[in-house]
Amino acid sequence: MTVHQSITDETRPAYNYAYLDEQTKRMIRRALLKAVAIPGYQVPFGSREMPLARGWGTGGIQVTAAIIGPDDTLKVIDQGADDTTNAVSIRRFFERTADARTTEATDEATIIQTRHRIPEAPLKAGQIMVYQVPQPEPLRKLEPREAETRKMHAWAEYGLMQVKLYENIARFGEVTTTYDYPVMVNGRYVMAPSPIPKFDNPKMQMSPALQLFGAGREKRIYAVPPHTSVRSLDFDDHPFRIQSWEQPCALCGAADSYLDEVVIDDQGGRMFVCSDSHHCETRRADGHRGAMLADASALHLVEDEAKP
Amino acid sequence: MYVAVKGGEAAILATHDLVAEARRGDESVPELAVAQIREQMGLACGRVMNEGSLYDPDLAALALKQAQGDAIEAAFLMRAYRTTLPRFGSSEPLDTATMAIRRRVSATYKDLPGGQVLGPTYDYTHRLFDFSLMDSPDVMVGLDPTISGQEGASRATAAGDARVKPEHDVKPLDSHMPRVPDILGAEGLMEEEAPPEGDPRPFDLTREPVTFPADRDVRLQAMARGDEGFMLGLGYSVQRGYGNSHPFVGEIRVGEVAVEFVPEELGFAVDLGDITLTECQMVNQFAGSKEVPPQFTRGYGLSFGHSERKAMSMSLVDRALKCRELGEAATYPAQQDEFVLYHSDNVEAAGFVEHLKLPHYVDFQGELELIRRIRKEREKRLAEQQEALPEAAE
Repeated sequence: MTVHQSITDETRPAYNYAYLDEQTKRMIRRALLKAVAIPGYQVPFGSREMPLARGWGTGGIQVTAAIIGPDDTLKVIDQGADDTTNAVSIRRFFERTADARTTEATDEATIIQTRHRIPEAPLKAGQIMVYQVPQPEPLRKLEPREAETRKMHAWAEYGLMQVKLYENIARFGEVTTTYDYPVMVNGRYVMAPSPIPKFDNPKMQMSPALQLFGAGREKRIYAVPPHTSVRSLDFDDHPFRIQSWEQPCALCGAADSYLDEVVIDDQGGRMFVCSDSHHCETRRADGHRGAMLADASALHLVEDEAKP
Repeated sequence: MYVAVKGGEAAILATHDLVAEARRGDESVPELAVAQIREQMGLACGRVMNEGSLYDPDLAALALKQAQGDAIEAAFLMRAYRTTLPRFGSSEPLDTATMAIRRRVSATYKDLPGGQVLGPTYDYTHRLFDFSLMDSPDVMVGLDPTISGQEGASRATAAGDARVKPEHDVKPLDSHMPRVPDILGAEGLMEEEAPPEGDPRPFDLTREPVTFPADRDVRLQAMARGDEGFMLGLGYSVQRGYGNSHPFVGEIRVGEVAVEFVPEELGFAVDLGDITLTECQMVNQFAGSKEVPPQFTRGYGLSFGHSERKAMSMSLVDRALKCRELGEAATYPAQQDEFVLYHSDNVEAAGFVEHLKLPHYVDFQGELELIRRIRKEREKRLAEQQEALPEAAE
């Protein structure tokens, strides 16, 4: 999967292909294999100090570095977009250290590293999603001690989580968790899906893609293998539901995608646009036009639509 | 206004240029040499080596230069470099009893073999500015009399160079400087600390994930690289009220210790060089138990360079964390290994705290959608109640 290859120039000492040394990659792959074998179980791993800040995607970066090879095509998104600063920074990291072929097209990517979103376009068999995870422990806000939460998972003692959801409903009439909404994986482990909006949770269910989760600072790896049940926790009389908007995307007219709110003036003006920038661009290229596309184009707020 | 325009990459590159410019500052002021930082900012370099977990004064100085003196950023640079270095083995255990002493003080005895050696310490300086340091950048000005406490010392020494040691310091130190806890130990009054069976190689938390409850080798390693400010605050907390610690400084010693390594192919120890260390051993009360007669317990701190505050703080927290082994209730933050170990790592802490400035608008949109909907439903409900009320009054 990977080759020994060094990225060198005259002045810098050589780093291994994809930055990590091969021993470390092997250690991470072992953790990944274990994670795939026990869906939703958090596998401790010897997370390395990375040249990027902890909490800025070092878990996802280590997972990607351990699985990427010269045949791969990498897509990196943050908030659904390829051009957010941290996504740009991580993509540059792999372009530099792994000579990676990168893309913005979801269907062309073999590895998609993400923070906070799952692309709108359905994933395919053979694709790998790599999630950056800040807090791998779904029970952490209920129980701060790691020694305790590990026991709760071992005994599948998830009553506390159900009580928390119930209390939400009792107070607000619904579950108020909007992202990092807990899921039950393969009927066994409660898992943090990472801070994706709950809108994206249904995309994990029986996904044909392999889903890998890396938490660098917390030193945990977990996984959802393809075609695995991922159920968002709920109650029979309060079924799980996702976000919806009253208007479609202002640029591409999509009515079924996750929208970001953009403040356009200080008079309360808002526009809602697809968070998945590639999805939005693809739809526009296909001729879909949202209500505010002409305005945005005239102001050069999106790339010129007339361009071939 | 709208971020769909792709400028992220260019903007990031521009920040690199701007930070280089900010780092250099006014170009009419001469640039700092790494050697100057190493020699004249030694305590800062020590902190960077500790929190970067790498003993290399040159790289620590380079890190400080590159990071504009930001200690955490400098420690981050050290760690990101350290992680790429090959591990070729573990050294022999260091013997701090054979330390070439620069400073050694004990609070538990008035005098002891080897004596009290004050060495280079700010302890008895009056914190008055030495403005002569400001005026003459090219002249090697030593300690001012107000700082050294030696009235007239600078006058008494040649060419006014107060760096020349006062006469009583020139006397060679005793070659034998037993560690105070060893003196107590010989009497059986000090908690004995033998290595675990087989003296295994200590845990390396930079290569393996930590599990809890954490053993002492893990705790000490985590604290040695922990943030000085955090360790200081925790140490203070056990002294002040969140813990019942009332320890005595058995000994603080600062000096050089040889690092020895046994290469497999040679089979005997080779001296790799000396490193500067600060060691602090606190003597704490302990009432004893049914099995153990009353004895003192130890809090241990060890740090690179001359960093007493760090070593002392560490030794306070080390003792607090021993509560499980000593059968004490863990009721204070400093006694909880998960709390101390997870939160003392400043590179991790800084990363996670500062990640909050990354875009979070997708999740925030989820919150906005929820709060707007709940408010709308609430207004609807209140309006319905308002309509219902006048009828009820009739």
